[in-house]
Amino acid sequence: MGSKTFKGGVHPFEGKELAKDQPIVEVLPKGDLVYPLSQHIGAPASPIVAVGDKVLKGQKIAEAGGFVSSPIYASASGTVKAIEPRRVAVGDMVKSIVVSNDGEFAEVEYTPCDNVAALSAQEIIDRVKEAGVVGMGGAGFPTHVKLSPKEPEKIEYIIANCAECEPYLTADYRRMLENPQELIEGMKIILQIFGKAKGILGIEDNKPDCIQKLTEMVRDEPRIEVCALQTKYPQGGERQLIYAVTGRAINSKMLPADAGCIVNNVETIIAVYNAVKLGKPVTNRISTITGDAVAKPGNYLYNIGTNYAELIDAAGGFSSQPEKIISGGPMMGFSMFGLDIPTTKTSSSLLCLTKDEVAQIEPSACINCGRCVEACPELLVPSRLAKFSDNGLSGEFEQWNGLECIECGSCSFICPARRQLAQSIKTMKKQVLAAKRKK
Amino acid sequence: MSDLYHVSSSPHVRSKDTTGRIMLYVVIALLPASLFGIFNFGFRALLLMAVTIAGCVASEWVYNKIVHKKDTITDLSAVVTGLLLALNLPVTLPWWEAVLGGVFAIVVVKCLFGGLGQNFMNPALGARCFLLIAFAADMTNFVTDTYTGPTPLAAMRNGEAVDTMAMLIGRIPGTIGETSAIAILIGAIFMILMGVIDLRIPASYIVTFSVFMLLFGGHGFDFSYLTAQLCGGGLMLGAFFMATDYVTSPITPRGQIVFGICCGILTGLFRTMGANAEGVSFAIILSNLLVPMIEKYTVPLAFGQVREAKKQEGGR
Repeated sequence: MGSKTFKGGVHPFEGKELAKDQPIVEVLPKGDLVYPLSQHIGAPASPIVAVGDKVLKGQKIAEAGGFVSSPIYASASGTVKAIEPRRVAVGDMVKSIVVSNDGEFAEVEYTPCDNVAALSAQEIIDRVKEAGVVGMGGAGFPTHVKLSPKEPEKIEYIIANCAECEPYLTADYRRMLENPQELIEGMKIILQIFGKAKGILGIEDNKPDCIQKLTEMVRDEPRIEVCALQTKYPQGGERQLIYAVTGRAINSKMLPADAGCIVNNVETIIAVYNAVKLGKPVTNRISTITGDAVAKPGNYLYNIGTNYAELIDAAGGFSSQPEKIISGGPMMGFSMFGLDIPTTKTSSSLLCLTKDEVAQIEPSACINCGRCVEACPELLVPSRLAKFSDNGLSGEFEQWNGLECIECGSCSFICPARRQLAQSIKTMKKQVLAAKRKK
Repeated sequence: MSDLYHVSSSPHVRSKDTTGRIMLYVVIALLPASLFGIFNFGFRALLLMAVTIAGCVASEWVYNKIVHKKDTITDLSAVVTGLLLALNLPVTLPWWEAVLGGVFAIVVVKCLFGGLGQNFMNPALGARCFLLIAFAADMTNFVTDTYTGPTPLAAMRNGEAVDTMAMLIGRIPGTIGETSAIAILIGAIFMILMGVIDLRIPASYIVTFSVFMLLFGGHGFDFSYLTAQLCGGGLMLGAFFMATDYVTSPITPRGQIVFGICCGILTGLFRTMGANAEGVSFAIILSNLLVPMIEKYTVPLAFGQVREAKKQEGGR
């Protein structure tokens, strides 16, 4: 009772049963590993290896291209085969380092930290930055930038995004059940940077076992609390999560830090723990491989850069022919036309569906019913914004706060006329933002 | 090409609700009032419903055929329009006038403006007003075998006493579907429970109207007079089934409240000052015309936005 939440939102079919009870399984790559140089928000990384170089697992192969950027590490030993554009999940061609895997997984030596408590705030941030930690929930925002707000003394809440509100995804759920200690230790490391802050683990109440387990584990941690959240999409949206936990509302022109908050995903916090405590860079992550087309849906720990096709093999291949394959969740994920795509730091899931329900629907006229208005977590009027977009009215689009859209897709999901509202709004948003950059 | 998977913009899943299902819920919600209308006025009420619905559906089908548009009758919106129109007609109306009303509603009010979602006034009410002007005598003839007296609103206008209990139940003269407040409320509760409508428009409409009548009704704080005003005429049917019409009411939440207030004030004005005892239809239609302006001034603030900051940006 009393789970916190935000206004609006929708309740899509959860589909988490498929992979929820499958323990994390480790997968070793057999083929080449591909590392796109841009798998985070900000400047692309610049390669520091050349074709023909031998690399070890855990060796840095690309340096951060600026402050808002992140280095990239090899996740297997082998030889650099090529540095060339490769197709990534969102559909673009991105310059990538290709490493042929020698199958030995020879690793560099890491330098663990025996006394984390003695590290200064800057030392922690430097270790996080050096390890290439980015927001691993999907956005890929460099974590060291998040951890360096203008006024660190004003940070009151460090929120662990354990909502996992996207349907089908269970990776964070398994992490909370199987690696809770790392999660809590990671949180404590971040709290060490912000002396006044409180750590909050925000968990949707469809995961009562996680809530119970973590509540028990933080009983003796005075600075960490568990906050139960209502199961509703997009509960894990950054602005929605902050509102649910603290009651503070931020808009697109503000940062979470303006509300005294820093939000990090489960996987990211575990990466912070690995970076600071164990000295290990980001080379592995866990993803949910699921959907009704997969033989053995489950949660897999693999080396970042592994081809998606190998993950499907690890999950027993396809039990039936998929029609649609999505990198990420069904609400915000990217559909891919093939499987020859490398995994990145932000690959949270691969969802394979035998039926593409979107292809069968035909949009009809908007009847002005207002369901999109009720569903919009940003309190916008999606049907009107989509109309402005379709008619090229960028001025009206901005007046009706179109730029506040977080692209969660709730409007398209709920629309009884089956209109592609989110798609129209995203298109106009891109145009308006591009025009603003030109000015 | 066959090994390529489908690609589209997210989201990749959809809810089960469709326009047709929403319209079906509205039809179900209208059943109590319709059945009571048949019980109250006899078999001829059913006949009128059948011909108006048939007139609406057929004219939509024919219109789409002629202008080579996709057939849209399966969305059931024409059925809703037809049924609503029938409920707004006196049972004595000649059947061909009812059919003409249905054709007018669909072709003139809806299709000529672009079809579903594009009309600026409620088709059923537009047709009712058309019939009221074209066939004034037939449209105000509420005398049947059972009822020979005036409608309660007309009676109250002449200073006669009315039986508020009979008005609640609906054993009074009037149009087919407007007489029973209870039957209408059952349908309204169903629509609210199914999430078809919310209370913003009906509540602000009814509250505004009540306040208006208490202040300017000339009867002071007379509770039974107010009840009779609320249950009389088309107010309940209008507030729950016609002012809430998606297409012709504002989509902005604050706009919906403003819209309800407009309906309430206009209805009060027409009933106290007008030449006619009734004014719901005209009040809603006039408010329909204000919708674009209401929406323009009630653009909601986005999540986390502060009104002053928005003004400073120079945005209205």
